[in-house]
Amino acid sequence: MAEYSALSLLKNALSGNRDWKPAWRKASPKPSYDVVVIGGGGHGLSTAYYLAKEHGITNVAVLEKGYLGSGNVGRNTTAVRSNYLLPQNTRFYEHSMKMWENLSHDLNYNVMFSQRGVLNLAHTPGQLDDLARKGNAMRHLGVDAELMTPAQIGRRVPGLDMSRSARFPIYGGLMQERAGTARHDAVAWGYARGADRRGVDIIENCEVTGFLRDGDRIVGVTSNRGEIRARKVAVAVAGSTGRVMQLAGVDKMPIESQVLQAFVSESLKPFLDTVLTFGMGHFYVGQSDKGGLVYGGDLDGYNSYAQRGNLPIVEEVMSEMVALFPSLAPVRVLRSWGGVCDMSMDGSPIITTGPLPGMYLNCGWCYGGFKATPASGFCFAHTIARDAPHELSAPFTLDRFSRGAVIDDKGQGPTPRLH
Amino acid sequence: MLITCPYCGPRDVSEFAYQGDGNRKRPDPASTDPETWNAYVYDRLNPAGAHNEIWQHAGGCRAHLAVVRDTLTHEVSSVRFAREHGAPTHGRRKSGAKA
Ligand SMILES: Cc1cc2nc3c(=O)[nH]c(=O)nc-3n(C[C@H](O)[C@H](O)[C@H](O)COP(=O)(O)OP(=O)(O)OC[C@H]3O[C@@H](n4cnc5c(N)ncnc54)[C@H](O)[C@@H]3O)c2cc1C
Ligand SMILES: [Zn+2]
Repeated sequence: MAEYSALSLLKNALSGNRDWKPAWRKASPKPSYDVVVIGGGGHGLSTAYYLAKEHGITNVAVLEKGYLGSGNVGRNTTAVRSNYLLPQNTRFYEHSMKMWENLSHDLNYNVMFSQRGVLNLAHTPGQLDDLARKGNAMRHLGVDAELMTPAQIGRRVPGLDMSRSARFPIYGGLMQERAGTARHDAVAWGYARGADRRGVDIIENCEVTGFLRDGDRIVGVTSNRGEIRARKVAVAVAGSTGRVMQLAGVDKMPIESQVLQAFVSESLKPFLDTVLTFGMGHFYVGQSDKGGLVYGGDLDGYNSYAQRGNLPIVEEVMSEMVALFPSLAPVRVLRSWGGVCDMSMDGSPIITTGPLPGMYLNCGWCYGGFKATPASGFCFAHTIARDAPHELSAPFTLDRFSRGAVIDDKGQGPTPRLH
Repeated sequence: MLITCPYCGPRDVSEFAYQGDGNRKRPDPASTDPETWNAYVYDRLNPAGAHNEIWQHAGGCRAHLAVVRDTLTHEVSSVRFAREHGAPTHGRRKSGAKA
């Protein structure tokens, strides 16, 4: 398998780049496995990788209905951060952050993790107080957070409308310098390659169409490539959670699928070296290494399994961008798309054994699951291997709703479109 | 996406406020069974296909509407006044529910 190093780059450059090996094998399904993971997104692939790496479980298949990266792992806007209010979230996402900091080395694959910071803006004194509280909560748990003054923000982000006459004047902001972005495709490819090298079969164009049962127990799946048996079946299908769980006869879940849109502008010279979030609506923006602005806003706000949204959100996102950066008004949009998000009832994820015997479930990532990719796979692999939650994901089991132990970082209640 | 309000006619989706899943039925307030309440508060059908939902024409006549909309195509197949018809009646609703 291809090892990447300065030497191999040079060698392959000299031989006209004809000798690179595919990063993962095109595996065909075997009749049975120890673990079958449904969904070849970031979470399914990282789960397979950590099953092999941390638990020595290598008789594993990842079944992906399309191609790797066709789901949300290749559709997100790549922000990675751990700036949460509630300790359960902060601990989990900070663990993920620490894994990101070493991920390219661990995978021997450059995921282009760039700690350029994420800055949340405050537009009222009350909002600034709220951000200070959040920053203090983070620092209390050892996570970096800095409150920034308008003068500091103006220097860090030239082009922002810092005037008092702005529609929503900027009163300050909360910066997490260790946060940033990563190249999302590379994350999928790097985990796929790492899992494949440890013996995991990655099977693309393999859609799960049903579940095999022995009494109550799930003992495998049916797919467009035949029956595949497994001692353990792990579901990590993000926006498709409702559909796949219905195949298993679980009709209702604390999840609603909703569409989130994202946008990329034409390339501009570098002018934004951090990820910025607007506080008076829902808008965030970063600049990719190619120069395009990568930005988005709110969910469309209704149930949807269509990977495309409607125009009102487009208009809202553009107007919020121009409110912050008046000079960006003439910049053209290059492309836009949508992804189906598995919105949970408290805005937090679900990593759990069950809900059926023989099954394990990973979902509820809302529109924030990219940053969780390392920790999610790490904790889910532990859950599958040990039949018990990892200490970091123990608060995120499915039974938290009936136990009254919801983890609602924003305090919005069970209205998914508000999380 | 257009929704045809029975009172105002076809209007852009931006005039409407989404009130969510129309399949949910509030349990009898006198009931104290935690499982029933838990299911009402947290569990959703979330189908891929026809979905019963409630919208309010907030930027128009303000009526609450019982809508059947396809979550795969966003196509709206039925819009009626919720006050006259209760929750919409596509698919999975248990028999005996109000039409
Ligand atoms: C527009 C947008 C912007 C986002 N921005 C951010 C961000 O900035 N930061 C952040 O942290 N998060 C962000 N997210 C969220 C993040 O992308 C997701 O939470 C995360 O990618 C979900 O996990 P995944 O990668 O495993 O999902 P996916 O990549 O969607 O993987 C699920 C896979 O399951 C497959 N599948 C479904 N059904 C079946 C079946 N029956 N059989 C076999 N395979 C099946 C799908 O094809 C898919 O490939 C964003 C999401 C969107 C849509
Ligand atoms: Zn109306």
